Amino acid sequence: MEMNLTLHVWRQASASASGKLVAYKIRANEHMSFLEMLDVLNEELTGRGEDPVAFDHDCREGICGSCGFMINGIAHGPLPGTTVCQLHMRHFKNGDELWLEPWRAAAFPVVKDLVVDRGAFDRLISAGGYISVAPGSAPDANAVPVPKKDADLAMDAAQCIGCGACVAACPNASASLFLSAKVSHLGLLPQGQPERLERVRKMVAQANGEMFGSCTNIGECEAVCPKHIRIEFIARLNRDYLKASWLYRKEAASGGE
Amino acid sequence: MSAVTTSLPVRSEDEAFLASPIGKKVVMAVTGAALFLFVIAHMLGNLQIFMGRDKLNAYAELLHHNPGALWTARIGLLICALLHVVTAIQLATLRSKARPVAYIKKGNAGSSYASRTMLMSGPIVLAFLIYHLLHFTFGSAHPDFRNDVYHNVVSGFQRVPVSIAYIVAMVLLGLHLNHGVWSMFQSLGVAHPRYTPALKKFAMAATAVIVAGNVSIPLSVLLGLVK
Ligand code: HEM
Ligand code: FES
Repeated sequence: MEMNLTLHVWRQASASASGKLVAYKIRANEHMSFLEMLDVLNEELTGRGEDPVAFDHDCREGICGSCGFMINGIAHGPLPGTTVCQLHMRHFKNGDELWLEPWRAAAFPVVKDLVVDRGAFDRLISAGGYISVAPGSAPDANAVPVPKKDADLAMDAAQCIGCGACVAACPNASASLFLSAKVSHLGLLPQGQPERLERVRKMVAQANGEMFGSCTNIGECEAVCPKHIRIEFIARLNRDYLKASWLYRKEAASGGE
Repeated sequence: MSAVTTSLPVRSEDEAFLASPIGKKVVMAVTGAALFLFVIAHMLGNLQIFMGRDKLNAYAELLHHNPGALWTARIGLLICALLHVVTAIQLATLRSKARPVAYIKKGNAGSSYASRTMLMSGPIVLAFLIYHLLHFTFGSAHPDFRNDVYHNVVSGFQRVPVSIAYIVAMVLLGLHLNHGVWSMFQSLGVAHPRYTPALKKFAMAATAVIVAGNVSIPLSVLLGLVK
């Protein structure tokens, strides 16, 4: 089925330029993904000698976390549990009018059009979202026992692809869901235990420095998360952070204060 | 943007905790819980109006004859209310800094109305609280204030606009608590697929009881059931 759509796309030439919405008419068909529909638009724009619409993408199969923008105010568009690259045009109707805007957050400055700089997420990971391991040959996979239930929960959290939809959808622009997914995924596994409390303190401190907002337990993030990360993990983050702050003591040979 | 903080800013751990949004939410939750428990106790006290003039006035007497306990509770509640409001203002400031450019097209993927309007229901409840204290505690906003609590309540609520203001304020308090009472558990890290649905039901039920209990008083006066 062919469909005619009107797109209102945020166009902004560079980080420092001011942007505005520009309307485009486009003919799409139901088999296209949303990004393929934008590819068609960009071919037309290029043919006319205009600047194509910039948007991030890489895998186009919903696993890399590169893509994402707002469609009618909903991160990754209307289909739950789906990145915008996996959103197909059959979920829209002929005559639909769609507003495309970039993720909006102080921590995610716009680079161009629909592309934002999510470097803040990388810095959060560098601050503590890792485990320190001794180099050498990999241990046997079954050398460290992990209870099945913990492994499953850790896997749920580890599904996070870092797309930033949680920050974009949150009225407070909070990174709590992302942070909680990383803290939970490592904190649920034996390999993550030694650094567990240090990790949460460092990552929370880094998030504050990045100008992310505070969580108000609204749940918009879990509603738009393409990987169905649950806000139950945010409670786990709060729990770990409370414990880490409560038990903190300085490093000292005599055992700290 | 800031570089990766390998060493945390030089401040004490407790300061860092209170400066972080999670620490601030703990303050919101603990003070909110205290205010919530007060609201329940306050409602139970007030419902004695249905047991007659003597019963209600005796209860008021009882409170005033224990000035130590009364002032401990009042100061404790004042501190909680101040911390709750000041922290709410800090969180609201952070929110506008974290999202300086608003979306042109606004969408909502599933959050509740109550949860999105905490920053509206809260300040309205605060304004009501001040009026309520001037009305029934200090009496300066009451046209016929006497040393007779039963009289003050009944004559106060016989004025239709006053009763309507109280009823509207209670509905907004209900909205605030519908999200707040569940939210405080989440903020303190209590969430579990086995308990969370029950906690949400508890928040709903507690809210319904508080709204119905408090609204029943002005309503009964308006309907002439209490006079
Ligand atoms: C009788 C009065 C009040 C009661 C019983 C009450 C209760 C609560 C509770 C239980 C919470 C949940 C805490 C959490 O999310 O962890 C809360 C949150 C909140 N309250 Fe109040 N509150 C009252 C008055 C106020 C006032 C006067 C304000 C106005 C500034 C206010 C603003 C807020 C805000 C902004 C939140 C945070 C919402 C969120 O982060 O989800 N509240 N309140
Ligand atoms: S392009 Fe990789 S998730 Fe969409």
